[in-house]
Amino acid sequence: MSSLEPKIDPPAPGGSCPGATHEHGHALPILHEIRHALERLLAGGESTCIDLHSMPFGPGDLERLTAVLGSGEVQARVEALGPTLIRETAIPGVWLVDYRSLEDQRLSYQIEIAAIPEILRPRPEDLAESLGVLEARLAESGLDATPNASPPSS
Amino acid sequence: MRKRPDKTLGESLRDHGLSRRGFLKLCAATASLMALPPSMVPAIAAALEQARRPSVIWLSFQECTGCTESLTRAHAPTLEDLILDFISLDYHHTLQAASGDAAEEARFQAMEENKGRYLVIVDGSIPGPDANPGFSTVAGHSNYDILMETVEHAAAVIAVGTCAAFGGLPQARPNPTGAMSVMELVRDKPVINVPGCPPIPMVITGVVAHYLVFGRLPELDGYGRPLAFYGQSIHDRCYRRPFYDKGLFAESFDDEGAKQGWCLYRLGCKGPTTYNACATMKWNDGTSWPVEAGHPCLGCSEPKFWDAGGFYEPVSVPLTLGPTTLLGAGAAGAVVGGGLATLARKQRKEEAGARQPVTVDELEQKLSTTPP
Ligand code: SF4
Ligand code: SF4
Repeated sequence: MSSLEPKIDPPAPGGSCPGATHEHGHALPILHEIRHALERLLAGGESTCIDLHSMPFGPGDLERLTAVLGSGEVQARVEALGPTLIRETAIPGVWLVDYRSLEDQRLSYQIEIAAIPEILRPRPEDLAESLGVLEARLAESGLDATPNASPPSS
Repeated sequence: MRKRPDKTLGESLRDHGLSRRGFLKLCAATASLMALPPSMVPAIAAALEQARRPSVIWLSFQECTGCTESLTRAHAPTLEDLILDFISLDYHHTLQAASGDAAEEARFQAMEENKGRYLVIVDGSIPGPDANPGFSTVAGHSNYDILMETVEHAAAVIAVGTCAAFGGLPQARPNPTGAMSVMELVRDKPVINVPGCPPIPMVITGVVAHYLVFGRLPELDGYGRPLAFYGQSIHDRCYRRPFYDKGLFAESFDDEGAKQGWCLYRLGCKGPTTYNACATMKWNDGTSWPVEAGHPCLGCSEPKFWDAGGFYEPVSVPLTLGPTTLLGAGAAGAVVGGGLATLARKQRKEEAGARQPVTVDELEQKLSTTPP
């Protein structure tokens, strides 16, 4: 299961699952919540995260929600403690973030309303160390090892 | 398996080579697991960084191992994460490699080294102090003696599953083994009940994660259940609720209503009087849950659920409310529905003392008169 697409199961064949072909109306309140979150993002840059795991969705609700949100231009994958799949929706600033375990099972499924999803930004502590990492890799590479190399500018 | 909880969780995770993004992800998953909003992630990260893995002793008494089965199917976090990173599981006679004297020695050592700080998790009910101790023993000792000895210096006890929490199946009438729940026996320690037959795996790990993150026990309801998972009824979070509110009920398992996915109340759904997280956390990695599969909720996380009348009979309602009033109440919506549930719940509690066992004859008679 290495597809970047968060899994959207097709409707059950022949409606064998009771209510599978019916809508349960639980997508609409989430869409309203996204609207309010977008307004806050536009007004003051405040980002919001909605955990879809805790929603009382019936069969078809999640599919309906993701269908309305659509697909945007960006897809990303973070490899840390198993994959995390990030997909931009057709609405800029609204992202689907699918946290998966090492065994590729879903740990959490969230909607982030933000310029960039948090998991994609480098952690501030990592950023603080990045110059040091570059120096170390440079030293290791041997490219910098000539005796007459100019000293690093200060 | 044994690893002393001397490092903070942050240190131990870094030793495992976990990146900072990985840690952020762990915190996001943990928030989700504890039914906390994602805005809590920074606070959870700060707490998990400093947390120390508690020593856990798991005792199994009169049980079917379903609760351990449920936990080993937990995927968030996996059992390996839980054992290696979140807790130090020092004794679990089904899962541990050691057996016999070595196993019992591990229990004593964990108790000695972590006096006053270790957690005891119990699954299964216990033949009470007045019952024949021979009904259930481990290494020749009665369940009662082992429980009392182990909880003496524990920080808290977590009763996992309806048997440990409320007596469960062993305590169903006529309760031949004199089975009692943990909270009936342990009076001087905090007892957290995580009922369910079995409990949702993520709820078991969520309670342990809560203790780890906040260093204290979660807020509990009147039955000692964590409110984060048992604070709302199945009925309040059920996706079929709009049908209940409109008075649209399936009358049999294959009628048009059942096919349309209508409310299962008339088929015996105990959702209105049952407090559990199935409607949102679901089962089998979030795939589905009983009501979504077309079967009524049996009420497995409530006290006395085995003796609470037929699984396929509607929740008992006060006699003053006839079926017509009930239908009206259904149509009137959430407020009345909630009140009705409270009434039914109260009445059930009162009735619980006076219930009679059902004989095989009665059962057969019922089956032959009930339309298919
Ligand atoms: S009675 Fe059962 S099926 Fe009907 S709405 Fe309540 S929980 Fe859902
Ligand atoms: S739906 Fe009801 S009976 Fe089934 S597991 Fe959940 S609480 Fe127990």
